[in-house]
Amino acid sequence: MNEFVRGLKKGFPICLGYIPVSFTFGLIAVKMGFNPLEATIISMTNMASAGQFAGIRLIEGGAPYIELVITTLVINLRYMLMSLSLSQKVAPDLPFYKRAIMAFCITDEVFALAAMEKEDVGFPFFGGLMTTPIIGWTTGTLLGAVASSLLSPMLQGCFGIALYCMFIAIIIPPARKGRKVAIAVIVSALLSCIFKYVPGINMLSKSGGGGWAIIVAAILGAALCASIKEIKRFRRRMLKGGAHV
Amino acid sequence: MCSLENVGIAMLIMALTTYLIRVVPIGFVRRKLENEWVQDFLYYIPFCVLSAMTFPDVLYSTTPAGASSPHFVSAAIATMVAIVLAWKDRGLVRVALVAVLTALIVELLIPIIF
Repeated sequence: MNEFVRGLKKGFPICLGYIPVSFTFGLIAVKMGFNPLEATIISMTNMASAGQFAGIRLIEGGAPYIELVITTLVINLRYMLMSLSLSQKVAPDLPFYKRAIMAFCITDEVFALAAMEKEDVGFPFFGGLMTTPIIGWTTGTLLGAVASSLLSPMLQGCFGIALYCMFIAIIIPPARKGRKVAIAVIVSALLSCIFKYVPGINMLSKSGGGGWAIIVAAILGAALCASIKEIKRFRRRMLKGGAHV
Repeated sequence: MCSLENVGIAMLIMALTTYLIRVVPIGFVRRKLENEWVQDFLYYIPFCVLSAMTFPDVLYSTTPAGASSPHFVSAAIATMVAIVLAWKDRGLVRVALVAVLTALIVELLIPIIF
């Protein structure tokens, strides 16, 4: 099968999932005073769920530009890790302009699907993968922005859960199949809760719209899971050593 | 300072920052990282990021803008439904839409029950 078409097919469910989420973004942006065109351009040029929500809040609140830069940086820092991870899954001789195009759409969902590929990720496949999500994310925003006045606050609220449930649908199946992924998921979720609720530590989630808490929880969770092998090896050596005594 | 009057500048800053973060690693890291630990770490990162973003924030996600207290009940029930469906490999769209519907039904039922 043509790699681009295979990418298109794989990306289409993401496109559908993006519509309710970007719809919510459009709704909220218009309520904050952005016009539908501005909301749509923000979606088209950012392709970043949490980062966009935080960004419009700062713009509306009249934050200094430097705060906008730092918050965007922190909340989107995960894309840097994903981009680094993806750099390991593309051919080393893939030209820069192709990498630059791929970089535009390293989103949580697109990355997750690309990362689960058994082989190296090629440019045609990734190109296909990113096409419909970009269209869905942009169109959904426009629809939400235009429909803003028609929906009740309760209905608007319920759409807010769509993004998170997409995340759940991405992480649960691999966690069910692999015990280490399950540990990674549970540890990061626990750490994230600790950073939000435990007094003294919860300043992490209060600054920068919660970006730091997510980064630290994820890095600690992934570092722990990556170290499981080492820990086991160490324990085995300790036990062996003990047997000799 | 950001403002809605000068929104173009803020939009440009947001877009550039977001893009730079994404393009630098994939654009410039060309050698394969050999270290096994680093490879494992990068493998787990997406799962960890998504999990940390989801919990506990999902519990606040159905709360309408301007509500006086968080709507935990609808969010918790919808989250459990989403986890069960995801466990059964039901796919992104179905999981997300059924969860939205569940939250909506719970929100509609709560005033009737109480």
